[in-house]
Amino acid sequence: MEPLSNRKKVLEQKPMNFWERLYLPAIFQGMGITFMHMFKKKETIFYPEVEREFSENWRGLHSLKRDENGAERCTACGLCALSCPAEAITMIAGERQKGEEHLYREEKYAAVYEINMLRCIFCGLCEEACPKEAIYLDGPIVPADYLRKDFIYGKDKLVEDPIGS
Amino acid sequence: MEIAFVIEKFILITVIFSVSLGVAAYSTLAERKIAGYLQDRVGPSRAGWGGMFQPLADGLKMFFKEEIIPAESSKTLFILGPSLALLTACIGSAVIPWGQEILIADRLVSLQVTDVNVGILYIFGVVSLGVYGIMIGGWASNNKFSLMGAVRAASQSISYEIPMGLSIIALLLSTNTLSMKEIAEQQHGANWNILYQPLGFLIFLVCSFAETNRTPFDLPECETELVGGYHTEYSGFKMGAFMFAEYLNMFLASAVMSTLYFGGYNYPGMDWVNDMTGPTIGPLIGMGVLFLKIFVFIFFFMWVRWTVPRFRYDQLMNLGWKILIPLAIANIVITGIVITIVDKL
Repeated sequence: MEPLSNRKKVLEQKPMNFWERLYLPAIFQGMGITFMHMFKKKETIFYPEVEREFSENWRGLHSLKRDENGAERCTACGLCALSCPAEAITMIAGERQKGEEHLYREEKYAAVYEINMLRCIFCGLCEEACPKEAIYLDGPIVPADYLRKDFIYGKDKLVEDPIGS
Repeated sequence: MEIAFVIEKFILITVIFSVSLGVAAYSTLAERKIAGYLQDRVGPSRAGWGGMFQPLADGLKMFFKEEIIPAESSKTLFILGPSLALLTACIGSAVIPWGQEILIADRLVSLQVTDVNVGILYIFGVVSLGVYGIMIGGWASNNKFSLMGAVRAASQSISYEIPMGLSIIALLLSTNTLSMKEIAEQQHGANWNILYQPLGFLIFLVCSFAETNRTPFDLPECETELVGGYHTEYSGFKMGAFMFAEYLNMFLASAVMSTLYFGGYNYPGMDWVNDMTGPTIGPLIGMGVLFLKIFVFIFFFMWVRWTVPRFRYDQLMNLGWKILIPLAIANIVITGIVITIVDKL
């Protein structure tokens, strides 16, 4: 049969000579290699204290963005929840009252916005679906916790801090 | 029997017992640290400075784990297994000479619990008893994997005791004594037995790896084939006892190898040091040297474990019966011929 690639390599199985059959030289060689590894630079990253540098398109914890005036961008259109393949996002829309213009950009806003971090697969489809550029997965790693209910993140954890705070 | 003698021995036994338990406990940490360093990691480093309290944490964990005794097992034997393994691992160190006689309050105290005149045979017997713990434990578990592990342990230790014994015979030819104390005394200074018995030492080393069930001969507990081997069904403290027995055996094997082949507490220039420091500090330095040798051997055990992969079962048997035993016999013959020629000259 014709080889499919030019990487085919025929290895000849020669019978071992006396030195190789002794077996001990090979062991000493291997032990030398492992001993040298003791003095190499260690790859360990001490995680909570030191964080590995993330790539630019890393998708971490979600954040709900504010506009240049500090008002929440989200209008509770529900496209993110619709696009979410893991069905992790739920929201309840609210109507903006008079005097809340500095808080919410449009007349409709998300009164409750919850993401279940145990369901979320960090695919970034919510980010792509959002027409208002209101949600981005630009946060850190979601921390570990003890109870399932603590993994449902509400607006208190998701909305980014107001400008200047 | 005078009361001072009893107190002296009691203190010595207590110290040796606690030291060997301490060494075994910290061997678990050293194992993980060395494994880490050989694999470009750092090993456990959270509990205390550099992971110093990791053995304590591991021990606590072992104590608080649920102890499961399988319903179909024979309960007495199931508990007897790890107890026996731990017991035999502990009593071996009784005949090791830890140092020269030391002068404490105008009394010459021997740093050896008991000088049995057949010390080597005693150690040999204790080491062979060690396999009973594994066998009983594996049999009592009523589990195929455990039984396989136990059978492997039995056949392995029987196979490797033969070359081990033969290599010791060659050593006895050159030392003319079975007493550990006399063997240690004969190697005064740098006159170590390794110079006369290099091949015998190599055989003894390989066999002690097999006797302590360490990689590359850890077939009784090989995880990839037998789940956990003889301790598949064990949990909690009984599992810990088996693990602890393995590390104690490693400590004992290191001590025996240091004493038989590497001079024990002897080191070059020891007379000069003894003159300088006196009869109390001098033997203590010798003891430190012995422990240094033991630690080097323990490091070697671990270094090999994280370098050499496990033998296949037939390879293990081939190595034992077809290579080590003929080599050991050849070693005896060569030693005998050389001794005869040297005596005639």
